[in-house]
Formats: sequence, C-alpha cells, structure tokens
Amino acid sequence: MDIVEILFTASFWAAAIRIASPLIFATLGELICERAGVLNLGIEGIMVSGAFAGWMAVYSGTGLWVGVSVAMAVGMLFGLLHSTLTVPFGLSQHVVGLGVTLLATSSTYYAYRLVLPEVTSPPKIVAFQPYEIPLLSDIPLLGPALFSQTPLTYLAFVLVAVVGLVLYRTPLGLAVRAAGENPAAVAAQGLSVTAIRMGAVIIGSGLMAVGGAFLTMSAFDSFFFEMVNGRGWICIALVVFGSWRPGKAMLGAVLFAAFDALQIRVQQTSIGAQVPYQIFLMMPYILSILALVVMSRRAEVPAALMVPFNKGER
Amino acid sequence: MRLEPINNPSFGRKLVPPALALSATIVIASLLAMIAGANPFSVLGLIIKGAFGSKFALLETLNRATPLIFTGLAVAVAFRAKFWNIGAEAQLYAGALITVLLGTGALVWPSGLILPVIALIAVFAGANLLLVPALLKTRFGVDEVVTTLLFNFIFLLFISMLLEGPLKDPMGMGWPKSARLIPEARLPRIVNGLRLHWGFALAIISALCVWVIQTRSTLGYEMRAVGLNKQAAGFAGIPVNLVLVKTALLSGGLAALGGFSEVAGLKGSLTLDLSPGFGYTGIIVAMLALLNPLGVVIAALFVAGIFVGADSMSRAADVPTYLADIMLAISLLLMVLAIMLTRFRVVRD
Repeated sequence: MDIVEILFTASFWAAAIRIASPLIFATLGELICERAGVLNLGIEGIMVSGAFAGWMAVYSGTGLWVGVSVAMAVGMLFGLLHSTLTVPFGLSQHVVGLGVTLLATSSTYYAYRLVLPEVTSPPKIVAFQPYEIPLLSDIPLLGPALFSQTPLTYLAFVLVAVVGLVLYRTPLGLAVRAAGENPAAVAAQGLSVTAIRMGAVIIGSGLMAVGGAFLTMSAFDSFFFEMVNGRGWICIALVVFGSWRPGKAMLGAVLFAAFDALQIRVQQTSIGAQVPYQIFLMMPYILSILALVVMSRRAEVPAALMVPFNKGER
Repeated sequence: MRLEPINNPSFGRKLVPPALALSATIVIASLLAMIAGANPFSVLGLIIKGAFGSKFALLETLNRATPLIFTGLAVAVAFRAKFWNIGAEAQLYAGALITVLLGTGALVWPSGLILPVIALIAVFAGANLLLVPALLKTRFGVDEVVTTLLFNFIFLLFISMLLEGPLKDPMGMGWPKSARLIPEARLPRIVNGLRLHWGFALAIISALCVWVIQTRSTLGYEMRAVGLNKQAAGFAGIPVNLVLVKTALLSGGLAALGGFSEVAGLKGSLTLDLSPGFGYTGIIVAMLALLNPLGVVIAALFVAGIFVGADSMSRAADVPTYLADIMLAISLLLMVLAIMLTRFRVVRD
C-alpha cells in the first residue's frame, strides 16, 4: 500500500483523531496558562500523574468519568503548587515547571510501586469504548474516522470550541488574556492578577492531566512508565505553532497526529521496513522543531508571558 | 500580598529559610516513607549510611557525583546567562558517542595522547550540538527550552539507532551495546585499588576553571550581564547574541565532558542506559548550588548521596527508590522559594 492510498483510508484518519485527542487536551491546558502569562513546564509530569490517577481510580472500582475527574483533580493540585510558587512568589517559571514535572513524575512512580510492588505487566481496566454517533457515523470515510470515537475524543473537540468562546467572547476570557498581555491594566481595573493567573494555571493543569488520562483510559487500558514520552513538550511546541489560539492549536495537533499515524503505517510498508525505526520515531520531534522555526517569526507571543507581576512595582 | 526587597538581610534572614526548606524536605520524605510502611527514622538513617557510611559507599557516591558535576556546571553556566539549556542529557551522550567512536580502535595512540584528543573532540561535539538551539534562538527567536528538550529525544533515538546498527558490538550477545574501549582510551583510577577514576578529578578541575571564567574573565562578566538584563547589556555594548552562543558552546562542552568521563572512566562502552537522567538532574544540582560553579561540586555530592543512599535504603527497607527523586524535586522547589525569601519579605496589603 503506498502513502496516497493510506491517506484515503478511514482507519488512518480515525487513528489521527485518536492520537490528536490527548494532545488537544494538554495543548489547551498549556494555552490557557500561557495566555494568562505563565509558562507551565510542569505539563509533562502532570500528564504522567493524570494518566496514573485516572487509571488507578477506575482500577479501584470507580466509574470512568469519576476517573477522569480524579485525574483532573490531581492535575489541578499540581497546578495549585505551580501557580503558588510562580504567581504570588514570582519564582522562575522554568525552574518551578521542571521541578513540578519531576515531582509529579516521581510521586506517580512512587505511588505506582506502592500499590503494585511486583507487577511486570500492569493490570488492565475496561477503558472508554468507541461510541458511534447515530447517522453521522454512517457517512462514508468521514463517519468511521470522526464519529466512531470514544466520548473523551468528542470532549476534546468540544473543549476547543468552549475554550475559544470563553477566551474571546466573555469578560473572564478578556481578563485572562489581559493578564498575559498587560497585567498592570488588569490590576488598574480592580481585578486580581494573582487570582486570574493562578486560576488559569490550575484549570490548565487539570486539562493537561485529562490529556494524560486519555492515554490510560481511552487510547490504551493500562499504565506504563514512560508512556507520556515527551508528549507534554510537544504540546508546548503546538501552542507556539497555533499562535496561542485554540482553533489553530487544534489544527496543529491534528496535523501532527496525522503525521504520526502516517509514520506508523509507512514503517510497515516494504520500503519503510528498510529504514531504521528510530528515524520514524524521531520525526515527531523534528517536525515540532521545524514548526517552531517556521511559526516563531510571526507568532504573537503574549507580551507578559514569563513576566511575574508584583503589585506596586513599576 | 506582595514582595518587598530587603536591603540588608540579616544573618538569620539568610540562614533560616534554606534551613526550613531542608527540614521540610526531610519531614515530607519521612511521611512518604511511613506511607510505604517503613520506620521514617530508619529510612533516613539508611539513606545516609548507604551514601556515606562506608568506604565503598563513599566511593560510589563520588562516582555518581562525577557526571552530575559536569551536567550541573553545564546548566549553571547556561542559566547564569538565562540561556535555558535543558539538553545536557543529549550533550552528555554526544561526548559519550565521540568517546566510543574514537576510543574503540579508530585511534591507537598511547594514553597521554589519545585521552586529551578524545576529550577535546567530545567537548567540540557537545558544544556543536547545543549550537543549533542557540542559533535558532538568536536567529529566529525560537525558545531554547523546547528545542533543547526535544533534542534529547532525537539524540537518544539517534544513539539507539547507532547501537542497533553500525556501532553494535558483534560480541555483545545481541544487546544494543558498543564495543569496549581499548585500554589506552580508559581513564585510569586516581589511587590504585580504589574504584574512583580521573574523571572525578577532571570534574573538580572543570569546576575551578568555570569559576575562574565566571569571576575573573570578561566573558564571565558579559555572561552575567546578559543574564541580569539583556537590554541593558546590549545598550552597554555587549554583543548579546555572541555571548549567548559562547555560553551555549561552553555549556554543551561541559556536559559532553561528562559523557566522556562516564564512558572512559566508568563504563568502558556505550549503552542506552549510560545516563539515568544526569542531564535533567544537573538542573537540580545547578539550582541547589545557586548556579555557583564551586557550589555545584557540593550540590552534586549531596544529590549523588541521596541517589546512592536511596538505592541501598530501597533494598533494605523495601521503600521504592523513587523516594530519592521526590526528595530532590521537593528540595528544589522549596530551595528556590527559600532563596527568594532571603532577599524579599512578604507584605500583606
């Protein structure tokens, strides 16, 4: 099967949408943080913690949606930690972010080893199953690709619209964007920059954790070490690629995922089998860097990104 | 609340917050050990004993500290100029790669010649690996955090490809592992019979050199100026981009030297598990050292001690070894907070 044929199969596009889903959750989360002026490098670790927390909750007997909420809550907790240190205390967002990633990852692994001390292959849960949307899923090609996904995937795409609407059409969204562009103006309006930024980081971190939970509860059905595998860092690149806009970021995620789905399929062709598989695995990372180079020239970075705000300071 | 700078912090002000941070780390670690069903006091005792309690333990800690000194220096140099090099992991592997490329038979020279040559070329390779993100930053304004991070993944896959392809040791029983270095390309031990190689001495010398560069040279002054205020530095006539590139070269070179030291001094060949995240841990080392090159040596010993101690504690007390990583993460976060509190006071409004 050659590449052009692959592009016209429903299973390819279904895979692309599935691979894009966790990226969309986490990218939206990072986007919200950065729009409020905070770079959240905790993303990689928060995704790990969400992946474990959601899966663990379901494994110990809760429903799937409760599991998603547990993951979100754990992510928000790390968001609270991150934002407390970076917003009121104004500590380096690079250092705190990497610290949160390390803390979230290591405490997740610690918890995993406490709960399952000796397992070599982790237990499975009954994950989210695809739900075929009536009528829409009957459309040829598009139906099986777009409308036979798991509920979490639908949620991811709905969230793109919700985040876009909130950011651009509500006073709350205006306040969040202003906190990332001109915090002094926000403070002059009598609003608390601290509260807005902390809120954004907490909500954003919650979404990152849901992105992680997608991996263990929808894409796969158990938890593995290293399963997030740099997806968080890729989401940071996707935010830049999407010029800090939800719709564009989603497009970037789908494009990226399509490429990822394609490389898996090309690997299995006769020509692909002759190329070392590492080359294919490198592609997503190389693609992210190239995207950054292309986009960063015209990216509209939030003006106050990574600039702490200390009231009364000029 | 807001923060107000303190002009002349008292001695107590400088001492209390870091001490509290350290104590809080120990308390949290103890609580976590209790959750795992162990006696917290014995766990802490086991960590200290496992790290410093015997000659063997101490040498193990010094060995583990060696690569951390290199990566810690690499990060400290870069962060001082606010160049966020998170890619020390890849640069370390670049140095390791050069070491096995040249040291497994490509060059057959006496030790006194082959070792310096390999070390220099390793430094060159590591420096050049970081040159790409540095130029992307200065030319295109691409954030170096993301590029250096992604480079780690790319470069490790590249090493994996080489180890399963051209570099694979035919005698390696199928493992993805390079051939062993020739004896001339091995760093000798400092004292015969003690398991500590010259890489440790090289690390200490590097720390001293970096300290001299930072405090006694124009480049060091320029690096600090760029880190403190890029605009002001540019206004004062400092070529900001050039300084950033030089910083990157120095940083990448230092990390690569760590890879050279690990392969030539300790392992003797290259595998994919050469570094259990030395590059990332270097960030913790550098931050705990307040980016001071001499402090890096002490911080590296502390961090290595926790890792080595936690390994032996884990075997004895059945507490997952990830406790070490948690302790380091907490101490990192609390320490940056504590350092800030030595210079600012929190005022309620």
